[in-house]
This record gives sequence, C-alpha cells and structure tokens, in this order.
Amino acid sequence: MSDTSTRNGAPVAKTGPATAPSQPAAPVKGPRPAGPPGRRRIRTHLPSTPWLFLLPGFSIIGGFVLFPFFSTVSSSFTDQRTLIAGKWVGGANYQELWHDDMFWIALRNSLLYIVGVVPPLVILPLLLAMLVQRYVPGISFFRSAFYTPVVASVVVVGLIWVWMLDDRGLVNAVLGAIGVGPVAFLSDQWLLLISAMLVTVWKGLGYYMIIYMAALGNVPKELHEAAAVDGAGAIRRFFTVTVPAVRSTMVLVAALSSVNAFKVFSEVYLMAGPNGGPGGEDTTLVMLIKQVGTGLSGRVGYASAISVVVFVITLGLMLLVLKADKKEGDA
Amino acid sequence: MSAQTLGDRARRRKSIGDKFLAEGGRRPPAWKLVLRYLLLLIVFAIMVGPFLWQLSTSLKGAGEDIYSYPPKLLPSEPTFDNYGKVAELIPVWDFALNSLKVALANVLTNVVGAALAGYALARLTFRGRGLATVAFVMAMLVPVESIIIAQFMTMRELGLNNTLTGVVLPGCIGALNVLLMRNAFSNIPYEIEEAAFVDGANAWQRFTRIALPAVKGTLAVVAIFAFMGAWDDFLWPLIVLSDQSNFTLTIGLNYLHGTFANNQRLVAAGTIIAVAPLIVLFACLQRFFFRGVGEGAVKG
Repeated sequence: MSDTSTRNGAPVAKTGPATAPSQPAAPVKGPRPAGPPGRRRIRTHLPSTPWLFLLPGFSIIGGFVLFPFFSTVSSSFTDQRTLIAGKWVGGANYQELWHDDMFWIALRNSLLYIVGVVPPLVILPLLLAMLVQRYVPGISFFRSAFYTPVVASVVVVGLIWVWMLDDRGLVNAVLGAIGVGPVAFLSDQWLLLISAMLVTVWKGLGYYMIIYMAALGNVPKELHEAAAVDGAGAIRRFFTVTVPAVRSTMVLVAALSSVNAFKVFSEVYLMAGPNGGPGGEDTTLVMLIKQVGTGLSGRVGYASAISVVVFVITLGLMLLVLKADKKEGDA
Repeated sequence: MSAQTLGDRARRRKSIGDKFLAEGGRRPPAWKLVLRYLLLLIVFAIMVGPFLWQLSTSLKGAGEDIYSYPPKLLPSEPTFDNYGKVAELIPVWDFALNSLKVALANVLTNVVGAALAGYALARLTFRGRGLATVAFVMAMLVPVESIIIAQFMTMRELGLNNTLTGVVLPGCIGALNVLLMRNAFSNIPYEIEEAAFVDGANAWQRFTRIALPAVKGTLAVVAIFAFMGAWDDFLWPLIVLSDQSNFTLTIGLNYLHGTFANNQRLVAAGTIIAVAPLIVLFACLQRFFFRGVGEGAVKG
C-alpha cells in the first residue's frame, strides 16, 4: 500500500530534472527562485488571484498569531483582567515581575531546564544515529522503535513515567534490586525537575536521531577510510571526522532543543502537578503564564508581561546559538 | 506482474547484500555484530519498554498485585476489564471522538490553506509577495506559549471558548506548513506550468491539475504532522476547554490522572487508548514521519 504511493509520487518528482535539459533551445537563466523570468511581463493571472489564494492563511495567521502577539505586548502595559478591561499602567507589571519571587523561581527552573536537557539532547541522539546508521538486518525496525516516544502525546509519555518513577514503580523496583532504597522521584523538589528533564530527553531522542541520520549520510565515506588507514581508532575518528562533519547539525539541534526546553510546560505540569510541586518550587515560566492569566480573575496584563519575557528570551536563545555557530565557522 | 515483483525482490535482496557487505566487501566480524545487536536491544528496552510496561499494567486484573516485588512483567491473567472501567468512569470514547474530530479538521484546514497560500507565494507574481512571505516567517517565529493568553481572550470575545472549534482555530493553518508548501511548489520546473499557460490554463487550473499532483509527498507530510500535532496537543486545549463533554483525549487523561491517580490500572488503560491509534498510524506511514522531521527542522 505505502509502496505503491512511492511509485506514484516518484515519477512526478523526477520529471523535474529530466525536462530541463530536454529544452536546450530555451536560454539558460540559472536558478529562478520564484516568479516568471525577469522582464517578460505576461499576465498569467488576475491581480486579485494571489490575494484570494492567500486569504485563508492570512486571516488565520493574522487573527490568531500576529494580532495576539501585538495585543500581548500592548496589554503587558495594562492591568487588564479576564473580565475587566484594563487601563494603561506603564511599566508597572515589569516592575512587579522584578520583585516577584515566583517569577524568579520560574525563570530559574526554565533556564535550568535548558542546562539539563540540551547537552544530552545534542550528544545522545548523535550516538544513537551512529548506532542505527549502518545497515544490519532488522535495523529499520529498531529505527522506528526508537522513534515511538516522539509519536506519543506528551501527556501519555508523562503519565507512563509517573507510573515508572512511582515510589513502588518499576524504576524503584530495579533500583531496589541493586540495594538503592526507594528514590522519591516525584516528591522531592529537585528530583522532580530532574525526572521531568529525563522524560523530555527520552521523548526527544528519536526526533533528533533522525536529524542526525540525515547529516551522517552526507559524511563522505572516504574520510573515514582515510583516517582508518592512517591508524586512527574508532574514538579518534569520532572526534576528528564525525563531529566536525556534523557540527552545523549539532548547532541546529542545540538551537531547537534549547528553545523547546525553555518553553517546557507539559512534563512538569503532569509530574509535579498544576501548582508546580512542593511549594510551587518546580513552576516553569509557561506554567506561571497559565496560572496567572487564566481563570475568571486571571491577571491578563501581568501574564502578558511574563509572555513578553518568554518571547524575548526565546528569540535571544536562537540568536545566541546562531551567532556561536557563525563565530566557530569563521575560526 | 508477478514475474516483475519477483525480479524486484531479487534485486532488493542483492542490494541488501551489498549494503551488508560494505566496508571493503568484508562481513564485519561476528563479535562486532553481536555487540551491535546487544546495544540495539538495550536501547530498545529503554525506548519501548515503558510503553510495554504500561500495556502490561493495563491488562492486569483487579485481583493481581501490580506492586508485586519482584515486578511481574507479564499479566498472569490478561483482561480488558480496566478498559471497560475507564469507560464507565469517564466518557473516554467521547473524548476519543472529540480528538478525532479536532485532528481531522486540523488536517483538512492545514492541507487546503497551506497549499493555497504556499502556491501563491511560490508561483504567482504580485506586488507585496516578499512582504507576505515575511509575515508567515514572523508568525512561525512567535512561540505559541507566549501568546496563549491573548489567544484565549480572542476566543472569549468570539464566544468560542469551550468549543472544539476554539481548539482547532488558532493552529488550523500553520505558518510552517505554508512555508513548507511554498518550498515544495518552488521546486516544480517552470516549463510545465508555462506549457499549461500557453494551452490556456488559468491559475486555478494550473494549481489543481499541475502543481498539486507534483507535491503529493509534502502534502502527506503536512497532513500527518497536522494530525499528530492536534491529537497530541495539551496546553491549548487545557486552556480553552472547561466542560467535560468537550474534552479531548489528552485533557481527559489529565483529568483521569488528577481524579483517579491511585488507580494505576485505569490510568494505564487510558493512556493505551490514547496512544494506540498514533502508533498504528506511524507503523503504516513511517517514511512520511521521518521525512517531516527533515523538512520541518532543516528548511523551517
């Protein structure tokens, strides 16, 4: 069934490169990114046509992404509540943030989440990709199996691990067998955060593995062979051939995983509970946005200020990682 | 037909042999192969084991001790009782139906909306095209988490809070999907559409008859990820939905966990109900899932 559709799809895609050389008479114009060639101004459609094509997309993006974004920024300067229209209060919300202990706890947890989750998510999927890259019989079964946690909902994954890490769950049973007494994964403030990080890493491994597999496929085999001939062992080749070859992919993975880690919500919400664990000590920034801004007495203005902070730091993270990539590339 | 299939199969077998013999034409030494499989099995246990443990828990009857030590990996008398009990406690099949509605609507709107917008951005010339593309890129860069409160207020004003429409609407045409479709359309050679134009095809005909059939693969990727995204989504439905009759599966599971946390068998049965359809979908359409990762991450 799925094989047939490959064959249906393939010829269509292949007509592309095939037709281009078959028309040598046409002047070669190089790669044309979009739009009909330069000066030839032939009307191929009515002026309104493109806008009709764009209308649905624009209304959704405009109405439910761009407009909410601008209204978030503007209401962060008001004292708006769910049921009460706000009035302008200037930077009062941001001043309050500065003195809000809960905000600093949440910011700390979200930043810690990056520190805890990004290094394993940059390294482990690379090793995993190297493990499944080489063909051995049955390898595609293993590749798919390793991807299963990506397909599952974060709620399912969270609840599975709540049971695994229960005081009387499977993990503690295994630990008990080697003499380590039941670990309170789900009630200690720090262990809770670490457990949530473990779940995030476990769920992300397969996704980043696929990204690395594409990069590893592009590493020329000759490099490995040459290094092997020169007497470099497997570990040496890993650091001198593989890592430099997939460096830009590592940066991409670092960027994606750090942005996602900073916005963590579901794992901590499910494992530590809606209030963020003992004393709210495990609250993350997105959890705080939900706590503060929803409900009948939700403080929309204040939640918007937190949202703006989340947006600014997310953007900053992306720029930081990209800049690091550029600098290393220059060196 | 069958002769050709046989030929295909023989060829494939040969190419597998070639791959297997790579690295200088020698078979890898046996101990290396054993080590490789051992590592694969260990990782398999870590990645799939928790799902199987959950499945096993969900099949253990009320008479069986799920906390027994050492833990029993297989239920001694497998039973579907827990699935029936979950359905008695919460309307889990209604939740599943709601999830299905949301996911299918999300697929339909994303496929149609992203294809239309992507085609305009890639193939139609008009003043402001660059600006229109920038708008979609900007929308892609805004983290959803930072605008949920504003989206919630917008939904309230539209009177769509606590409806399934409200769940679907904000993500129903993803900016990333629009840009994916734009890339796909850009890769079709111009000559084909020019020929169609000369033959008198208008923009709509060129879109439906020529461009769309050429991007079937990317459309499938968009459809699958739209389905998975909607089925798995948690934060937004959690904020919009308050009435149990409109819950989707993820919200229903969260409710089940919050209310009956001490009954692990029931929670386990609920999670299996929620995850099984996606695993089946994944098993059938794997290559699109893998392709989506590449396109979404690298080009997006």
